[in-house]
Amino acid sequence: MTLNRRAFIGTGAAAAAALSAPHVKADNHAGKPKVVVIGGGAGGATAARYIAKDSKGAIDVTLVEPSRMYYTCFFSNLYMGGFRELSSIGHSYGGLAKGGVNVVHDWAVGVDRAAKTVTLAGGAVLNYDRLVLSPGIDFVDGAVPGWDVTSQNKMPHAYKAGSQSELLKAQIESMPQGGTFAMVAPPNPFRCPPGPYERISMVAHVLKEKNPTAKIIIADPKAKFSKMALFQEGWSNHYDGMIDWIGSDFGGGNVEVNANEMTVSIDGEVTKVDACNVIPAMKAGRICELAGITEGNWAPVHAATMQSRVDENIHVLGDASAQGDMPKSGFSANSQAKVCAMAVRGALTGSKVFPAKFSNTCWSLIDTDDGVKVGATYEATDEKIAKVAGFISKTGEDAALRKATFDESVGWYAGITSDMFGS
Amino acid sequence: MGAALIASAAHAEDIGNAEAGAEVWDYCSGCHEVGQGAENGIGPHLNGIFGRPAGAIEGYNYSKGLIREGKNGLVWELDKLNAYLENPKALVSDTRMSFDGLETQEERDDVMAYLRQFSDNPQNIPEAAPTARAHEVVLAPEILAIVGDPEYGEYLATECTTCHQIDGAYDGIPSITHWPEDDFVVAMHAYKVKVRPHPVMQMMAGRLTDEEIAALAAYFGNLE
Ligand SMILES: Cc1cc2nc3c(=O)[nH]c(=O)nc-3n(C[C@H](O)[C@H](O)[C@H](O)COP(=O)(O)OP(=O)(O)OC[C@H]3O[C@@H](n4cnc5c(N)ncnc54)[C@H](O)[C@@H]3O)c2cc1C
Ligand code: HEC
Ligand code: HEC
Repeated sequence: MTLNRRAFIGTGAAAAAALSAPHVKADNHAGKPKVVVIGGGAGGATAARYIAKDSKGAIDVTLVEPSRMYYTCFFSNLYMGGFRELSSIGHSYGGLAKGGVNVVHDWAVGVDRAAKTVTLAGGAVLNYDRLVLSPGIDFVDGAVPGWDVTSQNKMPHAYKAGSQSELLKAQIESMPQGGTFAMVAPPNPFRCPPGPYERISMVAHVLKEKNPTAKIIIADPKAKFSKMALFQEGWSNHYDGMIDWIGSDFGGGNVEVNANEMTVSIDGEVTKVDACNVIPAMKAGRICELAGITEGNWAPVHAATMQSRVDENIHVLGDASAQGDMPKSGFSANSQAKVCAMAVRGALTGSKVFPAKFSNTCWSLIDTDDGVKVGATYEATDEKIAKVAGFISKTGEDAALRKATFDESVGWYAGITSDMFGS
Repeated sequence: MGAALIASAAHAEDIGNAEAGAEVWDYCSGCHEVGQGAENGIGPHLNGIFGRPAGAIEGYNYSKGLIREGKNGLVWELDKLNAYLENPKALVSDTRMSFDGLETQEERDDVMAYLRQFSDNPQNIPEAAPTARAHEVVLAPEILAIVGDPEYGEYLATECTTCHQIDGAYDGIPSITHWPEDDFVVAMHAYKVKVRPHPVMQMMAGRLTDEEIAALAAYFGNLE
């Protein structure tokens, strides 16, 4: 897989194949167009799977992803609330491999756009005709004074699922009776707009059972948040008096933390806390910056194909992209990946390309059987992905409808994960 | 089942002829009871049916679909009942009511007028709600006759498989594979004109054209 196309410029494909035949696996496909996908999450896994499946072997697809097991952020809050096992939100890449995707467990550490190659941490260099980037998010350095990634074991973000989720759950469960849980919420735009507030609901659910006199404080740099009326109604119905949300109007944006002392200072007032979830401001996964396709924190794309506005041979999906109106969600990333897969196949094999359609629905669980949702459909315009129509659950809905909404979210989880991983 | 989904302006009016409806009731009485002392039989009793949420009689073993519609907020109002009696599957695909439907509007009006007499407190039901007719759900042969393009359907279907599993598995969201194409088309149009209450599906179906619905029906109906 170290075949480097630059070395063969001016040589026929057959000659190239003959030269490197003994050790280069991709060789028997030397003539086929190549797609490299970086990141095996909601966007990348879906794109790799669809390109391989729908091109029926006409395109070579390589997926680069360091982890052997992908833990979905979606439903990781339910794990925290005790509604799901961690193992039930872990997915391996066997289904993709079976579906014809060449899965390489490594980090991409560089992109040479002129040469159209990707370098991996292990040293391999992969050629591509099209590169798909879906690396998710990284955190903005210095976004929360006092916090950096070296504090993430004391004050976990749990905004990438897996060990971080386990850590935060353990810290919540070992809080002393009547203790304090704090969350530092992120500024817009960020991954999963209702995510922090669903998490608060799940933390409150656990504390209500195990530690009913505990308190929850949220320091928020925003004046309002996703599904705010629904969450606030739910919090006062289920967890009355337990949750104190401090929005930007009340100094929630003026925060500093000290992980060694376990203190949080909000608008100058210092509080000793027993568990603290810091969710800093976010930016596109670092490989986007390394590839030189970001503007500010995110990578801008053309809506109709998800192509980078900087380089037409690169597509950017999911959280990392700046695309317009869609929220940064797994559903959105999956939806964008299918539009991208169609565009990539069209460009590389001449298959038919239909007009892009996008959609999203985000469910949140407030307490047992109390589910709510928000969703919308979108279309591609020249400028951006633009919202067409939407809906949101209403306050005051009856218990049966809320339960039906939760049951539906369980169905969706099974649907999207089998759509991503093919199993 | 032939006919189109035509949305007509709301008009409250006398539903129909209750006496004639008593005869139409013969189609129903093998399975349903109504009136004093009515009990569940093959179908649930129909006392107080106007304004009653779908699937609401305790102890009656409803289909999953009808229970789901009840939870989604389906209440038996005139237009919903009319749609169900015209073609039960248009409203609830897996309904256990194995009845082909009453073809003419007149028969449906009459039997509804008959049933209206057995609604416990008809006077308590606001006239505008249960008896105002918002839609007529009828299915036109032209729409059913559209031949869907399965290749287009395959692309459109990628939007559906985020929720509906392609292998037909059920984990909380119904299976939509291998349906007779007509039933599929009818169900999608029922969401599109908001006769079926579910907001996600109303949104999804709402922006699909007749051709796109046909393409999806062809694709999902003929999966290997
Ligand atoms: C608590 C929480 C709850 C959420 N709930 C929901 C929900 O209910 N519904 C919903 O739709 N969304 C939800 N989300 C959002 C959702 O998880 C993300 O929007 C989604 O995962 C984004 O997909 P992505 O492909 O952009 O990134 P990811 O899914 O994060 O995938 C990125 C992948 O890229 C890999 N990667 C990164 N850099 C490199 C590199 N250099 N080389 C190789 N691989 C790399 C990473 O290992 C990772 O596996 C939630 C998120 C959180 C945090
Ligand atoms: C072959 C038996 C059969 C016939 C004939 C039949 N039904 Fe039904 N009906 C059922 C069954 C079974 C159900 C329950 C459906 C389900 O669970 O999906 C039902 C359900 C209903 C419901 C919904 C009740 C509720 O509680 O939500 C209505 C209304 C109804 N039928 C009206 C009628 C009318 C009016 C007729 C005659 C025009 C009729 N049915 C003919 C068997 C029948
Ligand atoms: C966001 C999740 C979601 C998406 C995306 C979605 N659906 Fe649905 N669908 C549902 C849910 C939930 C139901 C059950 C609705 C109800 O109770 O009426 C449903 C019901 C249906 C039904 C009726 C099933 C039955 O048993 O009566 C059909 C048909 C259907 N969907 C087709 C589609 C098609 C076609 C698409 C793509 C264009 C699609 N759906 C996209 C969630 C979704």
